[in-house]
Amino acid sequence: MKSWIAFKSILMKDMRNYYLKPPNISWGIIFPFAWTLMFFLRSQTTMDIRSILPGVMAMSILFGTTSMLAVTITFERRSRSFERLLLAPIDLNLLMLAKTTGAILFGIINAFVPVVFASFIVDLTGINWFVVFGSVFFIAVTSTFLGLLIAVTVSEVFEAQTFSNFFRFPMIFLCGLFIPVQKLPAILQPLSYLIPLTYGADILKTAINGEGHLLLGLSFFMLVMFSLMFFIISTKNIKEKWIY
Amino acid sequence: MNILEVKNLTKRYGDFTAVAGINFAVKKGDVFGFLGPNGAGKTTTINMLTGLAKVTEGTVFLAGIDCVKHMKKAQELMGIVPDESNLYPEMNGLENLDFCGALYGMEKKERNRKAWELLEQVGLKEAAKKPFKAYSKGMKRRLTIAAGIIHNPDILFLDEPTTGIDVESARHIRKLLIDLNKSGTTIFLTTHYIEEAERLCNRIAFIVDGKIVKIDSTEKLLETAQREKIVQFSVDNCILELQGILQQTFPEYKYKVIDEQTIRVYSAEAIDLIPIIEVFKDNSLTLYEAKVIKPSLEEVFVKITGIEAKKMKNEGGKK
Repeated sequence: MKSWIAFKSILMKDMRNYYLKPPNISWGIIFPFAWTLMFFLRSQTTMDIRSILPGVMAMSILFGTTSMLAVTITFERRSRSFERLLLAPIDLNLLMLAKTTGAILFGIINAFVPVVFASFIVDLTGINWFVVFGSVFFIAVTSTFLGLLIAVTVSEVFEAQTFSNFFRFPMIFLCGLFIPVQKLPAILQPLSYLIPLTYGADILKTAINGEGHLLLGLSFFMLVMFSLMFFIISTKNIKEKWIY
Repeated sequence: MNILEVKNLTKRYGDFTAVAGINFAVKKGDVFGFLGPNGAGKTTTINMLTGLAKVTEGTVFLAGIDCVKHMKKAQELMGIVPDESNLYPEMNGLENLDFCGALYGMEKKERNRKAWELLEQVGLKEAAKKPFKAYSKGMKRRLTIAAGIIHNPDILFLDEPTTGIDVESARHIRKLLIDLNKSGTTIFLTTHYIEEAERLCNRIAFIVDGKIVKIDSTEKLLETAQREKIVQFSVDNCILELQGILQQTFPEYKYKVIDEQTIRVYSAEAIDLIPIIEVFKDNSLTLYEAKVIKPSLEEVFVKITGIEAKKMKNEGGKK
């Protein structure tokens, strides 16, 4: 069977049905714009804009991916249309990759909205764009798989939203985006290193401002490990809970 | 040649056994009916056969493929129509069919051609561009069946295909299934509508409490029942009194009161009507009608399972 046809169709359907809907496009633009504007108003100099850019980018990815995926999968599960996908002759791993690719792309696009805004205000020269793209991609993948894990753990859309916030907000404060990990209380510092966003944010900080404190290779490795862990647990959950 | 072979199929949820070691085979070209009341294990069985539920014990082979080990390979040969329409509400009829074809790896051009062909076949060509959520229940079910057959499956599984839909759509679906079967598709359907099973299926299994209590060709099941002679009498009233009198006069027959004015007489041999009519006369009862009843599958089902068909229909309505 030509699995790529199924993969492409699932991705295109999700893009049309969920990600390219006007409310979601506006969410993808307004959310990063609002964050950028908020920090811009607080900033005293244009240098501050550049220093908060990694944080705004990472948050845009985290919120964009987890919100969308948790809702779309829970919604399809409730309407039983997800069963149609489980009954199709597509390998479960490929099916879940098809379901998550839309969210990954959505997250990547969200990440560059603040970059576009910032480009009108500050000088963005000297940024290692190759590393930025790499980190954006891996943050998007990890966040999407975290959203997937949440989606397959809950059964209602509102539970997915609540559960997402339970993870997202502590992550923002613990990942070193706004308060460097080294300046956090000693008791919280180990927690920071259990959060994937810590590694993603550190790569972005290194690439944009040269302020990261972890080895790039280690951070990328940790993001890959977190992605694999979230994905494997999610597919295991599906096999156990949805194919009952 | 068997397309589906099921041996000792069992499903347990903790201490509860939903399906208890059932055995059956479906021949290529069969319309196989799985008949039973709600909670009998029909949907659990179909879920195990199609990969939506894990098999606790037993084996399932579809066209030689071990479904327990290689379900994804087996799913390529299956068309599946669940008991509730589960297409995408925001997408229109054509988009839904196109998407379902793509899930089976069909090329765009072929999907489009087949989608239009099916929309015509199920009488939804005019509604092709309407969103699925705007369809009536009957239209939704027809489109769901079309989605199940877009990839030309070898076997089509249908779970309660006509439950809760209007008469016209139900007739349309039955005709569609007959045509589909004529074109070579094997059909496996679950239903609690006995008349539907009688009309559509050439083989039937009765399932009660997770066990198959009878399995045979529809012809043979009916033949067994039709050996028995049944005559139904309609009189003005006093039916219970009449039953007593008849029982006393003709103890070789069996009797069943249908309602206040109707009684049925059962016998393994031919029933002599004249002496019975004489009894009515002697007791000053007016006989309105006497007719020979040809036992239907309903009688066979009631006899074998002890479950009244009316009760089953009511349960189905509540579903």
